[in-house]
Amino acid sequence: MKKLVQKNKKPKKELTIDQKINRRNFISFTTFAVLGGVAFGGWRWLYKSPLETPGITAGTRAPLRRALNKTELAFRRIFSNNNLVKTYPKSMAAKNVRHNTDIGSDSKMDMTSWRLNVNKSTGEKLQFTIDQIKSLPKTELVFSFKCVEGWDQIQYWGGVKFIDFINHFGLQDQTQLGYVGMETPDKGYYVGLDMPSAIHPQTLLAYELNAEPIPFKHGQPLRLIIPVKYGIKNLKRIGTITFSNQRPRDYWAEEGYDYYSGL
Amino acid sequence: MLIYWANDEYKITIFGHTFVRFFPDWYYNLLHIPQRLAEGMAWHFLFMWFFTLNGIFYILYTLISGEWRELVPQKKSFKEAFLVLLHDLHIRKMAPPQNKYNAAQRIAYTAIIIMGIGSVVTGLAIYKPVQFYYLTWICGGYHFARIIHFALTLGYLFFFVIHIVQVILAGWNNFRSVISGFEVINEQPKMVTQPVVEIKDEDEKAGPKE
Repeated sequence: MKKLVQKNKKPKKELTIDQKINRRNFISFTTFAVLGGVAFGGWRWLYKSPLETPGITAGTRAPLRRALNKTELAFRRIFSNNNLVKTYPKSMAAKNVRHNTDIGSDSKMDMTSWRLNVNKSTGEKLQFTIDQIKSLPKTELVFSFKCVEGWDQIQYWGGVKFIDFINHFGLQDQTQLGYVGMETPDKGYYVGLDMPSAIHPQTLLAYELNAEPIPFKHGQPLRLIIPVKYGIKNLKRIGTITFSNQRPRDYWAEEGYDYYSGL
Repeated sequence: MLIYWANDEYKITIFGHTFVRFFPDWYYNLLHIPQRLAEGMAWHFLFMWFFTLNGIFYILYTLISGEWRELVPQKKSFKEAFLVLLHDLHIRKMAPPQNKYNAAQRIAYTAIIIMGIGSVVTGLAIYKPVQFYYLTWICGGYHFARIIHFALTLGYLFFFVIHIVQVILAGWNNFRSVISGFEVINEQPKMVTQPVVEIKDEDEKAGPKE
């Protein structure tokens, strides 16, 4: 310290205690203000950042969508077919099953003309009747149906496991692809599913609710029940199933929700 | 809180009668925030990383630096915290002697860490209830975990309000010392047992003794 002082032309006086205090206060408050400004600025930037370019997903600010997609990649690592959704005794299932939306399943249609259309990646198209599907082994599932809105309800569904359906009709090669897309007959509602979730052993093509055929408003005659996803992915009244390597379009992902929406 | 803006699921209903709706219609209208669930979720799933990492770094810092000794409640803290409370409410004149933090602060600052860990665990339990089914089980099921997660959020609001009020009451010198890491004491060391006990931070004491 002394040497430094001597090099200056005017020898500096030793700082008084008050000066030291002021100097340290100044340094710390400047740092505080700068960090605070950076944090606030960062938040404003994120809050006002541009919306993503509409595509398969839309409606979310671009950096937030990137975060959702990265988070999906992180959490897909822990996905396992061995992790099953908790099941309950039938007596606990709701008698009055909650019905949230009619999008894509309110169009009038003649149920006798309903067919399940399956589009393979090779371009081949298949059609199935409800009786063909009902002839496969039935799986029953009583689980807690979970909605992004925050509610959950124990429901009792019956149908054929999607993986059983795939194996029975020789579609095994299609499971090598990345995604499955499903749409309602009127194309009003559509979902995209990653393959591991689609072939999870509890994913059902359901045709029964509380041991009765599914009522019209719950997606008569065949709907998707996929317990490893939120309700938004549980499409009512399946019209078409498409296998693909590209992400199929998804109704709520276009409205700003996470594409994966896995549980 | 963004995530709870979605709809009216957050309410207390007992035997079919709704007692409290946490977010009644006037709340949405007042803040102009109708139906922004998707946006709320997107923010939530970005900031969960930030808050969790921040919490981990903070805990590591207190462990490595030894600061945890000042923060973890001692045996006497629970009794003393009550005296601090009485003192702060102006019922009792003297506050018990303390180190860096008083007994009430020790309890509060440790509780907030436990609450934070609780939020991460219940959060994961409701975020991936199938993949982390064991966490959901530990938290008493999906529905209960959701309630805890929400209650903890209300707890943070409560903590935040008290915290800010206390900082304001403690005065400028205390706030200055929080930012700069040292405290200016102009008078006798006796001050420590006097009302200045709100002091949050006195890493070093720069004073006349220098």
